[in-house]
Amino acid sequence: MARIRVENVSIDFPLFHGSARSLKKTVFAAASGRLGEDRRHRRVVQALRTVDIELASGDRLGLIGTNGAGKTTLLRTIAGIYEPTAGRIRVEGSLNALLDPNLGMNVELTGRENIMLRGLYNGFTRAEIAALEEDVQDFAELGEFLDLPVRFYSSGMLVRLGFALATAIRPQVLLMDEWFMAGDANFIVKARARLESVVRGAEILVLSSHLAGAVEAWCTRVLWMDHGRIRMDGAPAEVMASYLAETVPAH
Amino acid sequence: MDSLSPDTLPRLRTSTLDIGADSELTHAHRQILASTDVVNGLKLWRLGCTLAWLDIKLKYRGSMLGPFWLTISTGVMVAAMGALYGTLFHMDLKTYLPFVALSLVLWNALSALVSEACSTFTQSEGTIRSIRMPFFLHAFRVVVRSVISLAHNVPVIMAVFGLYSSWPGAVGMLSLPGFAIWLIDAFAACLLLGSFCARFRDIPPIVSSVMQIAFYVTPVIWRAEQLGRKGWWLPFNPFDALLEVVRAPLLGSAPSASVWALASCYSVAFCTVSWLLFARVRGRLAYWM
Repeated sequence: MARIRVENVSIDFPLFHGSARSLKKTVFAAASGRLGEDRRHRRVVQALRTVDIELASGDRLGLIGTNGAGKTTLLRTIAGIYEPTAGRIRVEGSLNALLDPNLGMNVELTGRENIMLRGLYNGFTRAEIAALEEDVQDFAELGEFLDLPVRFYSSGMLVRLGFALATAIRPQVLLMDEWFMAGDANFIVKARARLESVVRGAEILVLSSHLAGAVEAWCTRVLWMDHGRIRMDGAPAEVMASYLAETVPAH
Repeated sequence: MDSLSPDTLPRLRTSTLDIGADSELTHAHRQILASTDVVNGLKLWRLGCTLAWLDIKLKYRGSMLGPFWLTISTGVMVAAMGALYGTLFHMDLKTYLPFVALSLVLWNALSALVSEACSTFTQSEGTIRSIRMPFFLHAFRVVVRSVISLAHNVPVIMAVFGLYSSWPGAVGMLSLPGFAIWLIDAFAACLLLGSFCARFRDIPPIVSSVMQIAFYVTPVIWRAEQLGRKGWWLPFNPFDALLEVVRAPLLGSAPSASVWALASCYSVAFCTVSWLLFARVRGRLAYWM
């Protein structure tokens, strides 16, 4: 049984700009007695503010909100990438976060090498990596390109490889950013079936999207994020209506 | 059309994630989390080795000789510097060349590791921001990569030793504990410099100037004996003792107990500092990418 518990989580990003990135300037600032002041007034971006969510098997959560509302940060936090500044995060069950189509993909390496690396990142055995390779090969239809560096791929091929890899792994908890909507029309038809099967296989889905269609089609609950806080939490139709009422100006 | 057969596809291992707030952690708790990170990183040794090997392969992809360019360039450098400095210092090449070949290879490995340690985490920025992985994995990758590079230079040393038939004999085995110290210090260097350089982006140039100075004040191309009584300050140079614990046995003489003690003390101090820093900042590293 998969479970996600986000307990009053806050995430503050330190703003290192200009001199804060430099050791030399930090040391000189300390020497001239300016560091103390700097410390207290350290500027941070409050990406998430006391966000509290509980999800159990069967939940399909959609995250909506404008750019910078904290959707991706929340996904990264659930994935364990950012350790919370305050609060606690607990995730039970295997997790896969599809945040970026080229996740850790090295364009200098061949498609095959990238597949192997992804398998190793997920702790797969040699046999499992072979199965992964076969599956990705079938779906992405890269033919001989699989043994060429990814740098030589067309953008369509790159999307196919990224997508095939991302969806070849079946987690209990699936976190998705909206990137997967990209791709040419032909590909989308084929991709949709595959994506749907991964989503069906996952016990919990957290989907971040700007697109009302995707959220309404896949989610049973929607969270409206605004400036790092939960603005509204409820049934998709209801939340989407309020969200659209506010963000899309009436004509 | 659908090529999916879910049963044959690999399944992810079930795992549990439980992360508390960084600011509320106690000192002891941070140590435990950092230790877990190291243990989990070691468990991923297969991934670490693959990443290291692909790094080497990529660097030399497209060149006919591949990583053996390392061997050739070291060979040329050793021959040139050996001949030049042998003449300058009026040294007998038969004893000087094996010394300088070994010294240079070891020093280059050390200084390359230090400079690569700076980008331990920044190099893997994309991975760190997209998947939760033990941070020690990145250190492991850098260390393995350095070991592979060093291994490619072994033929040069063998050739020089063969040429002057200056094989160390059984005493050479005493360099193994020295290498073990180097390995541990290498991990510590990656964690320390990697974390520091993730936070402060102007460190790598500072580190490379420090290493440049260190090269001149460490007996790499000159011998400690040449300084005579003027060499009283050498024990204060950690690089001297560290170099000597590996180099001396390979040149056929066991390092003195004081050299051993110095190398161990410096290493313990270095590893302690590195560990404390890593345990303190581990939870913040992802924010600095």
